Formats: sequence, C-alpha cells, structure tokens
Amino acid sequence: MLSVPSHTALYMDEEIDTRTINSSFLRDHSYATEADIISTVEFNSTGELLATGDKGGRVVVFQREQESKNQPHRRGEYNVYSTFQSHEPEFDYLKSLEIEEKINKIRWLPQQNAAYFLLSTNDKTVKLWKISERDKRPEGYNLKYEDGRVRDPTTITALRVPVLRPMDLMVEATSRRVFSNAHTYHINSISVNSDNETYMSTDDLRINLWNLEITNRSFNIVDLKPANMEELTEVITAAEFHPNQCNTFIYSSSKGSIRLCDMRAAALCDNHCKFFEEPEDPVNRSFFSEIISSISDVKFSHSGRYLMTRDYLTVKVWDLNMENKPLETYQVHDYLRSKLCSLYENDCIFDKFECVWNGTDSVLMTGSYNNFFRMFDRNTKRDVTLEASRENSKPRAILKPRKVCVGGKRRKDEISMDSLDFGKKILHTAWHPSENIIAVAATNNLYIFQDKVN
Amino acid sequence: MTLINQRNKLIPVLGCHSCFRVDMFSKGTKRKFPSDDDEMSDESLASAKVSSSYSLQRQSLLDMSLIKLQLCHMLVEPNLCRSVLIANTVRQIQEEMTHDGSWVVTEAFCSGTQGPSERLVATEVLCRSREQEAEPKLFSVISYEGISREEEVVADETLCSVSVHDSASDVCLSETSRRCWDETEDSPESSRLGPGDDEDDEDEDEDDEQESSSREDPKAMGQVFGTFEIKNGASGPDSALEELFSDVDASYYDLDTMLTGIQSTAPKMGPYDLLDSLSPSHTPTSINSPSNCRSDLNELDHIMEIIVGS
Repeated sequence: MLSVPSHTALYMDEEIDTRTINSSFLRDHSYATEADIISTVEFNSTGELLATGDKGGRVVVFQREQESKNQPHRRGEYNVYSTFQSHEPEFDYLKSLEIEEKINKIRWLPQQNAAYFLLSTNDKTVKLWKISERDKRPEGYNLKYEDGRVRDPTTITALRVPVLRPMDLMVEATSRRVFSNAHTYHINSISVNSDNETYMSTDDLRINLWNLEITNRSFNIVDLKPANMEELTEVITAAEFHPNQCNTFIYSSSKGSIRLCDMRAAALCDNHCKFFEEPEDPVNRSFFSEIISSISDVKFSHSGRYLMTRDYLTVKVWDLNMENKPLETYQVHDYLRSKLCSLYENDCIFDKFECVWNGTDSVLMTGSYNNFFRMFDRNTKRDVTLEASRENSKPRAILKPRKVCVGGKRRKDEISMDSLDFGKKILHTAWHPSENIIAVAATNNLYIFQDKVN
Repeated sequence: MTLINQRNKLIPVLGCHSCFRVDMFSKGTKRKFPSDDDEMSDESLASAKVSSSYSLQRQSLLDMSLIKLQLCHMLVEPNLCRSVLIANTVRQIQEEMTHDGSWVVTEAFCSGTQGPSERLVATEVLCRSREQEAEPKLFSVISYEGISREEEVVADETLCSVSVHDSASDVCLSETSRRCWDETEDSPESSRLGPGDDEDDEDEDEDDEQESSSREDPKAMGQVFGTFEIKNGASGPDSALEELFSDVDASYYDLDTMLTGIQSTAPKMGPYDLLDSLSPSHTPTSINSPSNCRSDLNELDHIMEIIVGS
C-alpha cells in the first residue's frame, strides 16, 4: 500500500548556524486517500525507530540508517523497517456501530531484548505488537523436511544436528496482546508507566490501568462519567504517566485544567492531588473562551519537573510546583483569535494539536495550519514558524522561517492570513529523544528534519 | 546549542489582536452598540426584531451551535468532546440571553398564542439547567421529526442541556433525556410532558402535530431549530422564513458534509450565510474597518428583516 519512499536530501547552507534541515519525504502518495492520513507519530526511547500510524489502521516503522563514512551526508536517514496492519475496521453488532481502524496513538515500550514492542490503539482496542528481526533459519530437522512436511519415520536412518543458516533479513510484526472491551468512549491516550509493567488507556470519561501481561482485566482509576449524562460538561482530553514516578499521572480536560493524581492515595483517583488551571483573562473573554481553552495535549517534560499543555491558540509550560498559573505561555497562532467564529463554523476550532519537548526540555514544538509548525526556545524566548511542504522546501535545504501577515501591509516574504490553508494542518509531531531530529506529519506526508552536521 | 537561531529575523510573539469582531463577541463590550441600549430600555415588542448586531451575532452563533448539536445527535457515536463543548457554548449563550433580558423579551413577544406561564417556567428551567432535578425521564430519540414537532421550549431545553443520555447500551449518545417538568409545571399542557415512555412520546408528537397544525403553519421545517421560532414569534414561519429554512431540511446531508469541512453548499444555508457575511475570513478587508462592518450589519439587518418577516 505504501509507495516506496524517495530519499532525497539537500545540504544546508553552511552559513546559517548549526541548523541543517535534512528533509525526506518518507511517505508520499500521488493519490492520497483518507486511509493514508497519518494520525500519530512516535520515536522509540533510543530514537533508532520511528513509528507512524494512519487512518487506515496501518503502522509503519522506520529505522535510522547506520552512519557511513563515505557518505556522511546520508547520516541517519530513516528507512521503512516494517509495515503492518495493526487494526481492522470492525462492527459492533450489539451497539450497531462501526469501529474505525484509525490508529489514535502509538507508544513504544522500553527495549528489553533484541525485539521491539509497541502499543497501538484505535478508538476502542489497544494492541501490543512485537517487532523482531530474523536473519537465520534452522535447517536439517530429523522429523520433517525443509518445507515442513513430516518425514516418514521409517525412512529416517540416521540422526543429524539441525543448523542455523543465514537468510535474508526479515522483520516480523506479531500481535502479542489485545486489550479490548474496556472502553465505552473513544480512547484518546495511552501511556506506558515507568515501572514497565503497566500502562493506562484513557477515553473521554475514564482512565483504565492495565498490566501489560493481562488482557482480561483492567482497573478503572479515573471516572468522570456523571450518573446523569445530561450533567456532563467536561471530558478528559489526554493523560500521561510521570516519566519516573510510577504512582503519578496527569490528565487534562476540555475545561482547560490539568489534574495530577497519586495512585497511592486511593484505588480510584477521582480526587486529584494537584489541580493546574489558569484563571481566564477577562479581556479575551468570548463565547469561544471555553472551546479554545480546551487542552488538546499534555506532556511531562523528560525531567518530570514540568508539564506542557496545548490548547487551541497557545502552548503553556507549567511547573509541577505551581498550580495557579503556567510558568510560560507561548502564542502559536494568535492571529486566529479574530477568526474564531469562522473556525467554529468550519469545526477547525475542535482540531486537536499535539505538542512535544525536545530532548533537553529547552525547546517546544507544536503544529499549526497551512502546514506550518512552530518551535519555541524556552531559554532565548525566540520562536520560529517553519513549513513542512514539498513545494516550498526542497529536500536537504534549510527550512526558511515563515511569517504570517497580520493586518497592515503585507511584506514580500509574508503570508497573508487569508491565504492560510486550514485544510493543511500539522497535528502530530515527534522529537528524537536525544538529538535534534524531528518528525512532522502533514496529512499523508511524513517529513523528517534534522540539524546539520558540522 | 540553540536550536532556534536563525539569521533571519524571528517573528515576535504576537500580541492580542482584538479586532472589531472579537469585541462584538466579548461580553463586556456589547453595550458599545447604541441600538442595544435603546432597545433594552424600550421594552416594546419591536425589540424582538433584533437590530443590535451583538444579539444578532449571538443568535446566529446559537443557531449554528444548535445545528451542530443536532447533527451530533444523529451520529451513533459522536465526538464527545466536541459535543460537550458545543453544548456548553449553547448553555452559555442562553444563560447570557436570559440574564440580559433578551430571552424574556422574545418570550413576551411569543406569548400571544401560547401559554405564557409555560414559557416562563421553561426559562426558569434553562437558568438552572445544571442542577439535579427530579428523576430524568427518557425522551424519545431526538429524531428529526421529534425535534421539529416539539414545543420550541422543549427543544431548547433538550438542546441546551448536554443531550447525551447514557442509555443501557452505555454508548448510544443519540438519545437525550428530559427532566420531569411536573413539579414546576402548572399549565394545562404540562400533563403531556410528564410521562416518559415511548408510547407516550409518540402520542405527544401527535399532539404536538395537531397543535401546530391548529396554528397558522403546520409545516415543521421552519421550526426545526426551536430558537428560530422563539425569535420569530408564534405566528409561525412566514413564507420567506420557510423558504430560507426549507433548504436546511432538504439539504440535510449537504449540511452534514458542510459541517465536516466541505463548504461548497454554503449558499443554501441561511444561518451560515449570515455568519459568512459577518466573518472576517469571507470579507477580509472588513477586519478593523468599521465602515465595512457597518455595511455588513446593514446587510444583516436586511437578512434579519426577511427572517422576521417585517
């Protein structure tokens, strides 16, 4: 189904700092269908692998190429490693509803042996996949032929020792566990715990805790569902475990708040132990205030000290020790504030943008419209708008910063606010855990950009 | 290493651009519009014919939200987050309308042919829509017909609450529940609102149908979205209105695709046209330009005149 990725890359201008962007169009389709739209992107803990999931239920895993000395510029390009169908469309006959195969989230498990494990989820079912390599096969069995047929025992006259013979490398993806029937609503997040034994899955109203080995039982740890659904005014939008405290997790809500819970306090964590919320600025108050304050993504920093949240117009960094207001607030596309009514009308206001930290927690990245994505340097307080597009950035060229013109006269290099394409949105991005390599999903294309090697 | 270290000049973090449009939606600034004050102080029935741009926009927003909610209900499993946010928006608008009196005004205007007590009670219910009341009773699935034949007040109530009833299947969100009105209801019509099982609901629908046919216009199309009727009074939708909104009905599937982002069918949509003409994205030059906005408002007045039928 996937077209062969074309790898072309251009060198970056040496004069511009250390920042070379090496872009590769890894998944490119001339006839993109709905099923090809990338719905999640995730690096594994070493950054060697990058997984993407799409609306067609497929998972494509990319592996970083080993560096070669004679081709230094080809350092670390990502090639397709494995492709498999993780979820199939299903039909729930009892409820008479279709269950989409769209992959909502992928999370890698920490690597413990030669094989790789990942969790993938659609709206209802989480699956544990094992991705392993095989480059040898055993030959010379006594009781069967090489093609698997059983030998007639009477013909066996001598015993031999089977041997392993090399063969072409084969990457296998096998489903190891299926965690189903635990979610009534749509799963929006999964998060592997730092104890490496449990993970949680979150839907609109509940959070469940699972053991990775046990599929027939899960524990409900948060339940927001009111007895009377008429009273429902708030849903869970995302949740994540603390990176190193296995008892702590956070979840964000559609009302713009984040709750931190401690599983040691009680089995059911309906009572949070910390509540992060910023009081609304009366100046900007409008009927859309609640909608734009709804949190679409929440992420712990690698250090575990900070939280990052994304709402419709901003990215905020919170200190775990300060609940009443965020430490930092960055405007992603504040010029849209004047267009909220139109964005409500065409439903863009409900888009769920994700956000990511870089490896050192010093830079934030998140997406916007018109294939733009934004980076914010927390130390220098500088920010940049970049574009992931084939037309406007050639492979292995430096990405040029983009500017959106807001009112007044438009300068030559600026893009008018009215020419922004709201159909091209970057919702999913990922940052390599230790290097400055980013993966940006733009509809059905995956772009990988990286720093230049000096 | 500084990652963001471009030679080029960086975009400064943009400040807040509160433009004209935002102002109109900001709660605190609505009294800027002189017509608003005039109308409010003058409690004539004519004030229902809204000429205040703020309340006009608010009404458009409410209408749009109700359409969106309506479409949510038609899905077996809608995006819960989205429906909750829309429902909260509707609630917020209706609370504000109740608060600033425009709700009452329209009620007074509408009370000609229907029991005023009922409407007042309904408003009261809207005000405390979040409270737990008497045991909620099951209300028939908000089918298209169901909604269109409901009393407008009931439709409002069901729509303004988060109409996602947790049924036995625990997932079917297309149903909605309705409060038992018996406690507060003392109008003769209350009896038909009491029982909640399906049979009664069917009866109720029939009753409503009869009732509406006894009124001027039995055609339900114009009444699909209850607030339209509230706004337009009890005389029933006139022909212009009907024409406007009959498209809404006929192009139901167009509406659906439209709300999911394909806007090619936009010309059909009454309320959307209204917003289009207001929207900065469609009239880019009107941003920060009062003169253009003024012309937009005139246009709106014109549309509104058609709707109201004056």
